[in-house]
Amino acid sequence: MMRRHGAVVGMVVLLAVLPLFAPAFWVTLANYIGLYSMTALGLVLLTGVAGQTSFGQAAFVGIGAYVTAYLTTRHALSPWLTLAIGLACTGVVALFLGFITLRMRGHYLPLATIAWGISLYYVFGNLEALGGHTGLSGIAPLTLAGVALKDERRYYYLIWFVTLAALWATHNLLDSRSGRAVRALKGGLDMIEAFGVDAARLKIVVFVYAALLACVSGWLYAHLQRFVNPTPFGINQGIEYLFMAVVGGAGSVWGAVVGASLITLLKEWLQDLLPALLGRQGNFELVVFGILMVLILQFARDGVWQWIARVLPHPAPHPVVAAPPLAPRARTAPAGPLLEVQQVTKRFGGLVAVDDLSFVVTPGEIVGLIGPNGAGKSTTFALISGALPLTAGRVLLGGESIGSKPPHEIARRGLGRTFQHVKLIGTMSVLDNVAIGAYLRGRSGVVRAALKLDRAEEAQVRAEAARAVARVGLSAQLHTAAGSLALGQQRIVEIARALASDPTLLLLDEPAAGLRFLEKQALATLLRSLKAEGMTILLVEHDMDFVMGLTDRLVVMDFGLKLAEGSPVEIQRNAAVREAYLGGVA
Amino acid sequence: MSTRPGPAPILQITNLAVSYGRVEALHGVSLAVEEGSIVTVIGPNGAGKSTLLGAIMGTLGSRGSVHYGGRDVMRLTVEQRVAAGLVLVPERRELFGAMTVADNIELGAFARLRRGERDALRSRDEVYARFPRLAERATQAAGTLSGGERQMLALGRALMARPRLLMLDEPSLGLAPIVVREIFSIVVALKASGVSILLVEQNARAALEVSDYGYVLETGECVLQGASRTLAADPRVAATYLGEAATPAA
Amino acid sequence: MDLTIAALLTQDGITNGAIYALLALALVLVFTVTRVILVPSGEFVSWGTLTLAGLQLGKASGIVGLVVGMAVLAAVMETWRCIRARELVRLPRALALWCGVPLAVATLLAFAAPMRLPLPFQVLLTLAAVTALGPLLYRVAYQPLAEASVLVLLIVSVALHFAMVGLGLWFFGAEGSRTPAFSAASFRVGSVTVSVQSLLVVGTSVALIGALALFFGRTLHGKALRATAVNRAGARLCGISPEFAGALTFALAALLCAFCGVLIGPITTVYYDSGFLISLKGFVGAIIGGLTSYPIAAAGSLLVGLIESFSSFWASAFKEVIVFTLIIPVLLWRSLRTQHHEEEEE
Repeated sequence: MMRRHGAVVGMVVLLAVLPLFAPAFWVTLANYIGLYSMTALGLVLLTGVAGQTSFGQAAFVGIGAYVTAYLTTRHALSPWLTLAIGLACTGVVALFLGFITLRMRGHYLPLATIAWGISLYYVFGNLEALGGHTGLSGIAPLTLAGVALKDERRYYYLIWFVTLAALWATHNLLDSRSGRAVRALKGGLDMIEAFGVDAARLKIVVFVYAALLACVSGWLYAHLQRFVNPTPFGINQGIEYLFMAVVGGAGSVWGAVVGASLITLLKEWLQDLLPALLGRQGNFELVVFGILMVLILQFARDGVWQWIARVLPHPAPHPVVAAPPLAPRARTAPAGPLLEVQQVTKRFGGLVAVDDLSFVVTPGEIVGLIGPNGAGKSTTFALISGALPLTAGRVLLGGESIGSKPPHEIARRGLGRTFQHVKLIGTMSVLDNVAIGAYLRGRSGVVRAALKLDRAEEAQVRAEAARAVARVGLSAQLHTAAGSLALGQQRIVEIARALASDPTLLLLDEPAAGLRFLEKQALATLLRSLKAEGMTILLVEHDMDFVMGLTDRLVVMDFGLKLAEGSPVEIQRNAAVREAYLGGVA
Repeated sequence: MSTRPGPAPILQITNLAVSYGRVEALHGVSLAVEEGSIVTVIGPNGAGKSTLLGAIMGTLGSRGSVHYGGRDVMRLTVEQRVAAGLVLVPERRELFGAMTVADNIELGAFARLRRGERDALRSRDEVYARFPRLAERATQAAGTLSGGERQMLALGRALMARPRLLMLDEPSLGLAPIVVREIFSIVVALKASGVSILLVEQNARAALEVSDYGYVLETGECVLQGASRTLAADPRVAATYLGEAATPAA
Repeated sequence: MDLTIAALLTQDGITNGAIYALLALALVLVFTVTRVILVPSGEFVSWGTLTLAGLQLGKASGIVGLVVGMAVLAAVMETWRCIRARELVRLPRALALWCGVPLAVATLLAFAAPMRLPLPFQVLLTLAAVTALGPLLYRVAYQPLAEASVLVLLIVSVALHFAMVGLGLWFFGAEGSRTPAFSAASFRVGSVTVSVQSLLVVGTSVALIGALALFFGRTLHGKALRATAVNRAGARLCGISPEFAGALTFALAALLCAFCGVLIGPITTVYYDSGFLISLKGFVGAIIGGLTSYPIAAAGSLLVGLIESFSSFWASAFKEVIVFTLIIPVLLWRSLRTQHHEEEEE
């Protein structure tokens, strides 16, 4: 921890003294690196972490630059006012683009941002009011506390102050309630939705955040250059920002700085070196640059930052501090059953996966859903939790129909679940994975997180998650990356995550699969004690020993149909169940 | 490792291990399939059965050794293994849903057709003779088939590659008993026509009934093996699968 | 606007749209089979035009050197692979395919260039040279990254696009070229003049699309590519290797792009960096088809051609803006429809 901090402090000190001794040319480069880093930082968050590719960053930089250029030169507005106007314009455009593309799954954002990037470039180039392709000049320098920042060395401090602030804010954001959900967007979309995250909304928020960073960079750029034309905001530059993020290492905020530095310096160096080397002018730097990028990616798919991070000391995990517990869910004992599945049917093309299935689960009960592989049990779970839409029928939770609701709405109503195919974020710690479960119990949004105002609540969430981990007996692995646990333990982490959501109904999909005998016994003990506290549990399980000893009632499925229902003893005696379950060749 | 006597096995794997990231899912499994026999691997969900088949097929990276037809195939690509007659019908079937049944069947013989083997068309007639339903639906898209027909198509497609060793991953998954019976009778018929079979099943009773030798896999390890008849009578197998050892009171 | 102008603009639009349609098909093909968004497709287009223009002047251009260089690189990579897999038996065949064929094409081009053969032969030489680059590019740049994410593959595409634009400048110089029309004839239908050149472009596109449909519908290799696009894992288990599918796909895509270059040459002046904007319009068509549907992509491309043609008449400065903004309503429509669809299912 200290040594990692040491590295950061060292960098900041180096940045602070650089303009004092470096030649002007270096300072100019450093200024551009700062501006590019800020824009690429948005892409690290959006593309590297959240998995959404955007080509439109340069266009958002362009909005920031052109808004201030136009309004300060033609209407003599204060640059600080134009910054606010630029941010507002950017926000509106980003919201619109995000709204139409990010609610769909697929490659729509990159496509929309290409269109947006190209169109805006031509708009800038063709509007007389914006100076056409020649652009706008004579932009006034920024004035800070009465000092005009005309000198690049002075402007340097402003740029890097803002850049470092953006890095700090983004770093904070990633280490927060929303940040955990953002980090899970790429590999765990269904999972976070099951814990109450409105993933589409979150993606839009991240996209807007990235666009706003780009806009600030553009505003700074305009007052640094004091002149704007369309070229630096075209689609090629948009692509280059993506380059910086990916080549630098799109998984870490520092990847943005590394990528921006690497690409800026490399281009500069190639421009100087190649003509000297080849003895002729030409676009060779583009050729060499392209080939180098391909090579870097062939040898370091995760970017150059990975190489650097390996050398740096690993940061120690934040300890969990004691904090008051989060408020438990207000529970009103429903008069009737907690969960009612009424004549539910699900068809996939010609395949009927669940066929007119009905059953109920009453409060405080442990019900087992069993049946041979492929009988439709996991599909039933998906229908109850909203991961799949119903073809027909109704599902009621606490008397309220949830059959038409998205998963994050159903989670809000007290449903916690685990998945048959474990859905943990392998690179995140056990604690962070479990804390995703408590998403709905926190309130802090992106802004509070970025400004580090969420710490009190964050401590509560972490303490709550740690308690859930302790409850399932994995405290020793609290800070271990979830991906490095054995598969059986990963299933247990899933249960802890569901518990952290303080559910009224717990859906467990094959919780005992891959567990050894003693682990299974511990799990059974845990589930019994949860039941004793009033928890209602519906579980799918293949291990008959486990199911028979634990459940109050069993529902047996075969070919999507309910084959039988009853106590474990009745089910074991049922001839039809034996035939279906044990199979046989007559 | 198997100590059974007899001719050189068509498949011999030794100490095969597979890891997903830092988690080992298969811990040094050894197993052999004699030429012309049916060997079954049974075990609960998550025991590593599909992982085992993936490693043998080469779709998953693994450590240890896989000898097929007397030669080390660890360095061969999936396609080279298919061309050598090592064929897998995966649990998810992996059909070409948007393409017709006939196209699916034809593509099963891709390697043979590319080599210019003319008798590939005869194989197609054999497949249609074995699965008349497929012939009826030849022009239909594979995605519109029912579960049982999908399994038949997957089997038919695999047979087009003229396998020497056919690996089946949960062929009974999600199928009606009558279809399961049909599939298993086809498996027996295939053995009679000289194909060796490695059968991974969760339907333990049916699998042990048709097979010659069986292995029980649990949490990535082989915990029990023996002649299928012996295994079927073994109380430990019954306990794992049938839950019979545990009375509800216990 | 009177009817004559409208007819003229329509004719222009359809001609350009037909070319964009070929590009859109190439992009959809490459994406579905390999998950690569082929940004350098534009360079294949411009190299098609510029190579042909070079042959008109009796020059073989730097493309010969590039084919040779990449063939040698591919040969080295194949040799290394065979050594590592201890499969030297396969080496001769691999070398013949990866090195022999491209070298033969390059040699032919180098020898035939000064002969100033008739136009059809020059076209054939051009197509052969550009097509040879397709699989080579796949082998050298993409195959080592076959398992990488769509994003990494995209960035590689962009990097290659940069490199190829630079090479294009080196090979062909900064001046633009136009190739001679295949036919200067035209005839009148009523009050409308129809140029034979336009008909040729549209006819060639339709013929190529038909040939592609036959290839995918009837041939083993065409079906194998479709199978890979539908289900990669299933295709591997049938013995269709992703490397084979990738190389074949890139060959087809390069061929289609080269055709585009040859067809567009007589219509517009093509510079070393013109390809990007041309291919982006094919890309818009491909997007309208969701990057998966061939017929919708082709129809979308026609629409792009028409809109471009009419907007260049009404607001020529904003031509590109109008064409690219077209994506937004399409996406909006899809987005709203998706929502509706989900409601229907519930």
